[in-house]
Amino acid sequence: MSSRSALARDDIATSARPALLRMERITKRFGAAVALNAVDFELRAGEVHALVGENGAGKSTLVKIMTGAYHRDAGDVWLDGAPVDFDTPAEAQATGVYAVHQEIHLLGKRTVAENVFLGREPRRWGFIDWSRMHADATTLFADLGLEIDPRVVLSTLSLARQQMVAIARGVSLGARVLVLDEPTSSLSDRETEILFELIRLLKAQGTAIVYISHRFSELYAVCDRVTVLRDGALVTTCALKGLERLDLVCLMLGKSREALRAGTTGFASVVTPSEARSFSRPEGSEGPAPAEPLLRAESLGRGTYLRDVSFDVRRGEILGLAGLLGSGRTETARAVFGSTPADSGTMRLEGARFSPHSPVDAIRAGVGYLSEDRKADGIIPDLSVRENLTLAALPLLTKYGVVSRRRQMEVVDRFMARLGIKATSAEQRIRDLSGGNQQKVLLARWLCMTPKLLILDEPTRGIDIGAKGEIQHLVQELTASGLGVIMISSEIEELVEGCARVVVLREGRDVAELRGSEISERAIIHAMAESSA
Amino acid sequence: MNWRRVVPGPEYAVVASLVFLVVANSVFTPNFASTGNLWNVLLQVSPVMLCALGMTLVIATGGVDLSVGSTMAIAGAIAGVLVERSMALALVAAAIGATFVGVLNGTLIAALRVQPIVVTLATLIAGRGLAQIISHDGQLVTIDVPAFMTIGRGHVGPIPLPVLIALAAVVASMFVVRSTALGRHVLAVGGNPAAARLAGVPVRLTIATVYAASAALSAIAGVIIAARLGASDAAKLGQNMELDAIAAVVVGGTALAGGRASIGGTVAGALLMQVIATSFNMLLVPYAWSLALKAGIILVAVYLQRPRRV
Repeated sequence: MSSRSALARDDIATSARPALLRMERITKRFGAAVALNAVDFELRAGEVHALVGENGAGKSTLVKIMTGAYHRDAGDVWLDGAPVDFDTPAEAQATGVYAVHQEIHLLGKRTVAENVFLGREPRRWGFIDWSRMHADATTLFADLGLEIDPRVVLSTLSLARQQMVAIARGVSLGARVLVLDEPTSSLSDRETEILFELIRLLKAQGTAIVYISHRFSELYAVCDRVTVLRDGALVTTCALKGLERLDLVCLMLGKSREALRAGTTGFASVVTPSEARSFSRPEGSEGPAPAEPLLRAESLGRGTYLRDVSFDVRRGEILGLAGLLGSGRTETARAVFGSTPADSGTMRLEGARFSPHSPVDAIRAGVGYLSEDRKADGIIPDLSVRENLTLAALPLLTKYGVVSRRRQMEVVDRFMARLGIKATSAEQRIRDLSGGNQQKVLLARWLCMTPKLLILDEPTRGIDIGAKGEIQHLVQELTASGLGVIMISSEIEELVEGCARVVVLREGRDVAELRGSEISERAIIHAMAESSA
Repeated sequence: MNWRRVVPGPEYAVVASLVFLVVANSVFTPNFASTGNLWNVLLQVSPVMLCALGMTLVIATGGVDLSVGSTMAIAGAIAGVLVERSMALALVAAAIGATFVGVLNGTLIAALRVQPIVVTLATLIAGRGLAQIISHDGQLVTIDVPAFMTIGRGHVGPIPLPVLIALAAVVASMFVVRSTALGRHVLAVGGNPAAARLAGVPVRLTIATVYAASAALSAIAGVIIAARLGASDAAKLGQNMELDAIAAVVVGGTALAGGRASIGGTVAGALLMQVIATSFNMLLVPYAWSLALKAGIILVAVYLQRPRRV
């Protein structure tokens, strides 16, 4: 850290404030998996505290323990110096810890005032005292600088204002700790600014705010300190001011800024990175792009997740998409595959206009998509390996609606052998296979329809080392035979060693394109963090 | 220790129970093991079997079709009203009218994403009303067309015609589930809708198709009953059929959560329920007791297919 002394000074200044909420050595297990391992967290009155980390870091588990949704397995929590032990979110709320979630947990069909006072409506002789309720709500909103009519039905408000109502409810409950979980994910830029105004006001009144977001620009705009978690463990807590973005990214990813070493993945085991690149780019290394790319995407956009992403993919190359969680990687993949179509921008596949509105459109055009979450939207658990493997290629194996048993078995046998899928037989249910074998079946699902372009979203996440190397090796072989591949991965080594080019995304925009020898862990992390290399 | 791997699945349980009941009844129930009674059991079960086959496909997609009984009544009413003019017209109109109900169900569920139980409850109520309107404001429509009545009363050799129709439907359903793209799509949609969509399965079309198929099979069941009775009673025809059909499917081992379809299990489930009803009737046990036993069997079946953890 370059500004270590500055950090230390700042720490001394803010540590004068008392710790409002203190969590010590919090541990939480789910079965055999340790979600949180002895994590410390400290929140001071009147601070906005960012909580960051990549997938599986433990952010949401920590917040759920803080707000009473989960119960910790070990560790202690103090609020205002007194030990607390919340069994339910209601208990946490009553004590002053209130969470506002991404999806607003309020009653859309009731009025704003009813929502704010839900469960504790002012009463008079047993009946709800409407005039007092509306008056109280009006005062509350005035105090918070909000112009919201307490009499209107909640769902008629914009999402931003609904969120303000949720926060106002927390304030009226006497919340001293307010947890905002990705509060801006569905807000426009202007709405985000309104939210920040409110956050600054609450901060000035002494409320402690935990702020979870993947958008660095927001963290730096409103947060005072940051706690970084990685793989269920605390990395550090420090002041955000003076911490370079690059350092923050390195902390999240567990890289040291100085030593960005080269790893060894399955990509390297067959062909060395430099060979792989020249292999897939016969036209020459750093020269201008060859005539016509396989896919050209221009200014893809959708809401605030995907603002402006452009890139080319060529035949026989692996294009890497890098970016932190929430940078728009998966959204880009889903726009190309048509499962959540882009609402602006254009695409051309082999020179022809390509605007898929559903996966069926994309599959017909020769695009396959290996999704990020195998369990949620990959496997059909109760169907056999055979049925899962042939699902996308079914139209090719079907005549008059009848699936050809013979051709189906040919395909299944061929791909099970080629990918080395280990199952007792093609009839074994896929849910009984190991993660690596399930992933191979899903990869085979796309390969057997002989795609032109294959999108791999985290192709090696959560599978054993052996299967990982085999899959990486196979992807490389396939591209050599002319397939175009878009690969998304949070493992930067995988991108460095596997890809001919890497496009880096940040907050829904493509911010860098690295090619050939420019591709390095260091360069990618720099681009992710928005700082010059 | 995973004792669930040792215990046979619900499909085996229902076949074993069926075999046990048939053997026990053959020994203890007078006249049960006669050819006449055998054909009678099969004849009785045919309409339920037809509805249960369609219901198996619907449940395999994770839905349910409560409107089968009302759809039967609509088909019976259309056929009853038109049969005097032309039998061919009556059958075609009955098939189209009933299938329309299914397409309506399927469209509302697939395109508007209304819950299947709500949509088909609505068509259950509306369909019963529609059937009564068609049959001249709920009058009993008597049918006196011998050719039409053959559908319900005719035989091919010793085999009653309805039994043959049901058998053909069983074979066709097995073929659809095992060997067609539609069958695969049904299981994929029921097993994991998000994954099915990403794999290019036409999810909405698949859902619309199974409800149409369910309605078409119900229409055949409705025509069979009208033909057998020589009358179409819009208020009674097919009443509570949805419950018998769902029971047969569940007892047969098709999980209500969707993703699996056991046609063989459904056939055994429907037969099991019929054997209980027939044998209790022959033993002069009060009807209420047979209902109690059926209820017990359904509970056991549902217990056996509790969702297990992945």
